[in-house]
Amino acid sequence: MNSTFSKDFKKNSGRMSQDLTHRAVIKKALGAYEIKRDENRSKYLNWQEARQAASEIKWEAVNHLDRYLLEMTKNLEARGTKVFWASNAEEARQYVISLAVEKKVKSIIKSKTMTSEEIHLNGALEKLGYDVVESDLGEYIVQLNEEPPYHLVFPAMHLTRGQIKEIFKRKLGSDTSDLPEELTMVARNIMRQKYLTADMGISGANFGVAETGMISITENEGNARLTTSFPKIHVALMGIEKVIPKLGDLAILLPLLATAGGGQQITCYNTMIGGPRQPGECDGPEEFHLVLIDNRRTELLADAEQRDALHCIRCGACLNVCPIFKNSGGHSYGTTYQGPIGSVITPHLRGLQDWKHLSSASSLCGSCTEVCPVKIDIHHHLLHNRRNAVTQMPVWWERIAFKGFSIATANPALFQLGIKIGRVFQPLHFLIKGTLLDPVRAWTQTRDLPEIPAKSFRQQWKSRQ
Amino acid sequence: MNGSKDQILARIREALRSPAPVPGNHDYSHLEMTPSRPKPELESFRQWLPPVESNSENQWDLLTKSFHALKTDFGLLESKARLIDFIQELQRAEQWKRVGIHHGAMTDEIASYLEIEKLWVDEGYDPQAMEQCDVGISECDAIVAQTGSILITAKSAGGRGLSVLPPHHLVLARTSQIVADLPSAYELLYKRYGGNFPSMISFITGPSRTGDIERIVVLGAHGPKKLTVAILKD
Ligand code: SF4
Repeated sequence: MNSTFSKDFKKNSGRMSQDLTHRAVIKKALGAYEIKRDENRSKYLNWQEARQAASEIKWEAVNHLDRYLLEMTKNLEARGTKVFWASNAEEARQYVISLAVEKKVKSIIKSKTMTSEEIHLNGALEKLGYDVVESDLGEYIVQLNEEPPYHLVFPAMHLTRGQIKEIFKRKLGSDTSDLPEELTMVARNIMRQKYLTADMGISGANFGVAETGMISITENEGNARLTTSFPKIHVALMGIEKVIPKLGDLAILLPLLATAGGGQQITCYNTMIGGPRQPGECDGPEEFHLVLIDNRRTELLADAEQRDALHCIRCGACLNVCPIFKNSGGHSYGTTYQGPIGSVITPHLRGLQDWKHLSSASSLCGSCTEVCPVKIDIHHHLLHNRRNAVTQMPVWWERIAFKGFSIATANPALFQLGIKIGRVFQPLHFLIKGTLLDPVRAWTQTRDLPEIPAKSFRQQWKSRQ
Repeated sequence: MNGSKDQILARIREALRSPAPVPGNHDYSHLEMTPSRPKPELESFRQWLPPVESNSENQWDLLTKSFHALKTDFGLLESKARLIDFIQELQRAEQWKRVGIHHGAMTDEIASYLEIEKLWVDEGYDPQAMEQCDVGISECDAIVAQTGSILITAKSAGGRGLSVLPPHHLVLARTSQIVADLPSAYELLYKRYGGNFPSMISFITGPSRTGDIERIVVLGAHGPKKLTVAILKD
């Protein structure tokens, strides 16, 4: 049985992998990243041990999640933060909407948050007539282009400057060249007044600190700092797995995130926010709301074998090295979280049978596991998902096929016979190659099957002895 | 009202009843369930992060290298008089008409030499007036040699907006504020603010930038297009 998601994925990834312009754009963007990443990684005294330390920090947090969440929220509340625990997307959306209604909010400015994509917040707010603007440049571009982010970290990496110029012209009536500087300034000028006039700022959170009751936001543009400085109300959306035990843990997590994610030693702004404006401070929002989102993360938590997938700090490094991602493109996944980690967690967040196909779309090269800064065993989890999917819902013909295969390979005479029959019939294969009659058409539609050699290895071996 | 707090906590506790293998161990033939050491702490991070020598001259070299790479402007000023010259020169070159500034030992001193309109932020301010400022002048908590970062807080740098809204952020600092690395910066935060942290703490590393168009770096995405650090030798 194929879900429609699986059909869409096959169709779209098939189309994208033949799109040479797309490939060139992605290759160029990631090439520059790789050089910077390797350069900064080599500065570490011990990159591997740093990864191990980060994974131990996240392990401690995730495996004592209840304790650290309580510690964090207690500390946040003590300084005037309102914490809301949302079981699912609906509860989270409703909370933000009621808040906007109650406070008579008109315009909303957002900085980058993938959790908001996950709960489809923009659509819900826009439907109610709110003016919602994404301030991160990449997010703004894809928002104008009415498409979801292409990549966790680089939302508009699939678009060329020419395309972006066209989008700006169409949507904003701007008339600039296609120079990145000029295009960036168009967005800058539009956004500046928005920071000052919006009633509500919505941000994400890269980390939540239990010890001191803070969230930490990583960015390069300064839009998150502006979003969390001027609007009267600040709402932060955070997945429950983002909590870490100590403030000092950031001293290793921030540089790891920057190097793995953007090839930088550290990103331009790393900001820790511990509440609304405090007594004696001259600015900052009057209210700070933190929305903690479960949305089936606890199901992933219950799978002890794959629990480390909750260590993910959403750096995007695994996407950047993944041959499937690079050729299929971020949009083909049809998920909020793309690439290898998306393939691991989406089946948990949105249903195994509907999303198991992503776990099969892998060459199992292991590059993702190798680069992950928190050492998640990504490619083994793809195998775990495959196994779980068949255990849950066995595929009858696969079972028969594998049974047959194991009998044949365990029995040399039978195997020899198979090869002999194959030699006779293979020359006729061209008659049905790639058609509906072809049992292996998924392979032969776009590829050639190698010819069975006239002399098998066994025969050659014998004749040489 | 805190939503589904109890339900979520109950689900978490239920889920955690089965132990997970220790991190980083990808060998499924024998999985360890109890970590062999406690979670690493701040002091231990130095053995893995990019190294920084303890000698202050080397730290200064490292810092200037980062500043160059990040396009942070800076000046190392031998005396107060040189510091004032440095800033007055900037003022002339950029023709500042209005500056946003907060009260502090260094800022107060500098302010008296700047004969232009000043927006003092300490008692609250009109954001639109700050938008009109050519520069925001602030102090900081520390400068991190390892990364070329400026550590600021709402307390040390005049709140949240001053260091990010004006197109130019000018930081006043002293050489004694240079710390070796990120772990030292966090140690300093613990020591200085202990149980009462300002509501905003930020590491600023270079002027605002974006790479969202073809991964080409453009400075001044939303925050300051220019970051200058004036460091007084003490
Ligand atoms: S799985 Fe690892 S590499 Fe991939 S986004 Fe998460 S932290 Fe980064």
